[in-house]
Amino acid sequence: MTIIDHTTADVPSPHGSPEDSGPLLEVRDLHVEFHTRDGVARAVNGVNYSVSSGETLAVLGESGSGKSVTAQAIMGILDMPPGRIPQGEILYRGRDMLTMSNEERRLIRGQKIAMIFQDALSSLNPVLSVGYQLGEMFRVHQGLSKKEAKAKAIELMDRVRIPAAKDRVNDYPHQFSGGMRQRIMIAMALALEPDLIIADEPTTALDVTVQAQVMDLLAELQREYNMGLILITHDLGVVADVADKIAVMYAGRIVETAPVHELYKRPAHPYTRGLLDSIPRLDQKGQELYAIKGLPPNLTRIPAGCAFNPRCPSAQDICRTDIPALLSVTERDGTELPGRGSACHFWKETIHG
Amino acid sequence: MGRYVARRLLQMIPVFIGSTLLVFSMMYALPGDPVRALAGEQTVDPAQIAAMKKDLGLDLPLWHQYWNYMVGLFQGDFGTQIASGRPVADIISEAFPITVRLTLFAFTFTVLVGISIGVFAGMKADTLRDRGLLILTLLLISVPSFVLGFLGQYFFAFQLGWVNPNVSGEANWNELFLPAVVLGSLSLAYVARLTRTSIAENLRSDYMRTAVAKGLPRRRIIGVHLMRNSMIPVVTFLGTDLGALMGGAVVTEGIFNVKGVGYNIFDALRHREGATVVGIVTLIVVVYLVSSLLVDLLYAVLDPRIRYA
Repeated sequence: MTIIDHTTADVPSPHGSPEDSGPLLEVRDLHVEFHTRDGVARAVNGVNYSVSSGETLAVLGESGSGKSVTAQAIMGILDMPPGRIPQGEILYRGRDMLTMSNEERRLIRGQKIAMIFQDALSSLNPVLSVGYQLGEMFRVHQGLSKKEAKAKAIELMDRVRIPAAKDRVNDYPHQFSGGMRQRIMIAMALALEPDLIIADEPTTALDVTVQAQVMDLLAELQREYNMGLILITHDLGVVADVADKIAVMYAGRIVETAPVHELYKRPAHPYTRGLLDSIPRLDQKGQELYAIKGLPPNLTRIPAGCAFNPRCPSAQDICRTDIPALLSVTERDGTELPGRGSACHFWKETIHG
Repeated sequence: MGRYVARRLLQMIPVFIGSTLLVFSMMYALPGDPVRALAGEQTVDPAQIAAMKKDLGLDLPLWHQYWNYMVGLFQGDFGTQIASGRPVADIISEAFPITVRLTLFAFTFTVLVGISIGVFAGMKADTLRDRGLLILTLLLISVPSFVLGFLGQYFFAFQLGWVNPNVSGEANWNELFLPAVVLGSLSLAYVARLTRTSIAENLRSDYMRTAVAKGLPRRRIIGVHLMRNSMIPVVTFLGTDLGALMGGAVVTEGIFNVKGVGYNIFDALRHREGATVVGIVTLIVVVYLVSSLLVDLLYAVLDPRIRYA
């Protein structure tokens, strides 16, 4: 049994070009805390993950698991204070962004790493036309004129398949439907063809048919530009089709990593198992839906030992005292399962039992 | 848009008639009359007074007096002051420019200083700086303007000798500085508070986070994305405030002896000069209506979610 370090959590990516040495983005032992009146909320407690070009990493977890906070730390849009990053590194092409100057980071934002937010209506400025907001990317980062920027904006809107882009470029966000607004968010993130896109629950606010369209579009554009994609979601259904690998987060830690289909087939952490069991299934119609009992922990008072122990059906004494490390998962006979890791003292029982 | 403006302009007609009628009946209801006021302490033959009243049309019933007034108004005749015998139009044309100047001065002061304080405080909400500025504005709101006026007069005119305590008939810009600051201070406090809250609230909004994530420079994030949204409520307030400043200058004009609209209203009220009061108040009402129409139109320019049909 070996302790997984930050690099072995990597899965060989199907699209990654071989000449790229090392991952595009690497998060190492990242900690984020918020100083509030009720004490220090430890939102992220030592997260490691990495993404290469063309690869999609899905970060899965419920609200308050630290998945969005990690993304905000990468983007550099955390409110600091009250937020603080006491330790950790965020390496973009090998350089630690946390030690860069504000100006250096600003130049990375939007140009190299872009973000798609959950609620497009509130994330777009209500008093500026979408053409202006899209064109702003070109005007600020590439110094284009107003007219050139507008032409580029129309081009972008065509790319994300907004009908009659030319007529709608001067419309305002509230004049678009939810799906179209999310397309505009995607277009904005895509504008400067960044290396990496972080999508923070891009489909949560949309209805199911539109969700599928938006995810397909995102996956297609990612393939086309060979971008890295971090997909943050709590929706297991969304993940299955597009992600290459998954990191499951709980209380600010990664509790399981795995290539996407492996995770669905054989989860190696009771929390992941609980998540999979709580998906409604047609063949269990009429039965009570499974739910993980209890509530996510209060981040100012994370339980000792494994943070999941109060809710875990198979918790033992050791779970209440020792924090489990993210260990690599093997087959029964000891053959290594590439890219798989579990932060559970009893991963063997979970995956093989 | 055109229809909307036309409708709003038409709405002004009933407001105009209503407000003149209201002020007119109030003047009628006041005890005392202008003719008797002419005589002062002396005793005058009641027959003589009755004759003068008949001459001036003051013996007619209210509706008839109002009718005569309105007919005169539509012929461009604002009436005549009884005591001085001067046409009211003359008085208005003398007083209005002075008040307009004072108001614009106060308004500019309110806008520039109020918004600056608001932005300065709102950018760092809940810090010492913010709290300090909030207390300062609270002080301005709670101190009546005549106290502020007398204090300003005492320190800047009598103690330091920087300004004249009274404004001359010419009402130069430098003379109007102190009265304008006193007049504008209340609105300034409101504008500062409104701006502060609006800025602090919008700073936390999702689209501000998007603007940062787009890699825009700070100047642009604040200047374009934050300010545009934060100014919407402030503009609404400023519009109605412009009218209020014009009418509210009575006390300030009294303290600094500015011969403007407020001064003349007060003077006319004392002498029961109905025509003067109604004329000036009506003009202020029109200014108020026009400025609020302009604000509503500006509102649609600032916020595309609002459309007038």
